Amino acid sequence: MQNILIALICGLIFGAGLVISEMVNPIKVQNFLDPFGNWDSSLAFVMGGAVAVTSFTSHFILKRTKPIAAEQFYLAIKTSIDARLILGASLFGIGWGLTGYCPGPGIVNAIINPQEAMVFLPALVIGGWIGQRYCA
Amino acid sequence: MFESLALQALLGGVLIGIGAALLLAFNGRIAGISEILYSLLFNPLKHPDSNWRMAFLIGLVGGGYFMLPVEFSLRQGYSPILLVISGLTVGIGTRIGSGCTSGHGVCGIGLMSRRSMVATITLMVTGIITTTILRNFIG
Repeated sequence: MQNILIALICGLIFGAGLVISEMVNPIKVQNFLDPFGNWDSSLAFVMGGAVAVTSFTSHFILKRTKPIAAEQFYLAIKTSIDARLILGASLFGIGWGLTGYCPGPGIVNAIINPQEAMVFLPALVIGGWIGQRYCA
Repeated sequence: MFESLALQALLGGVLIGIGAALLLAFNGRIAGISEILYSLLFNPLKHPDSNWRMAFLIGLVGGGYFMLPVEFSLRQGYSPILLVISGLTVGIGTRIGSGCTSGHGVCGIGLMSRRSMVATITLMVTGIITTTILRNFIG
């Protein structure tokens, strides 16, 4: 129960950050991804701010033998930089650039811009299913 | 709401980072949204981790809802075909590439993962190429 409550709170903070930073605004995301056009550089500060916090804190967190409220850390096992990683990230970037939506902002847009989310989100789920079924 | 766009972006980014850091510190979990979403949807419903994943996603939408006084112009009339292609490629891409902007970009780089750094640079570059082509040569 404790872990569920913690996850809820973390989601709340994360979601609030996505809206305040305007990562949920796909026009702004596309303006960021358009450096040769009318470039909006401010979104670089979103990633900058987030990574500043995670890189600073992870140093201390991972010094612990286990998390505060769980038995172990569940970290990614893969470390290899291979063709799959490049192909997957490339496809992701193409999809991201086409609309300005990545998964988190796409989900939050269910309540901000439902007209777009009701088209994007089912496609996101089907895409994930295809990727899992045929490419994993 | 804020004087400077950069400051607003920075504040939002710091909040995103805090959410991710707390999830790692307390639950030992990576706040990779694609991984959380797909693990929830494609694992059996009674999977022991389904509850926290569901709670995180509810929180994500709820946190966004509380902040909605932040105003920006809604996009309308965007091509549904582009939305479908975008959803499909983002979905397939996250599965093949094991992560998205949050998992690789926010969490992975924070953990000094070279794999995540390469993934983040790659998705930024293809994202920029795609939007640039879309805006300057097509749309």
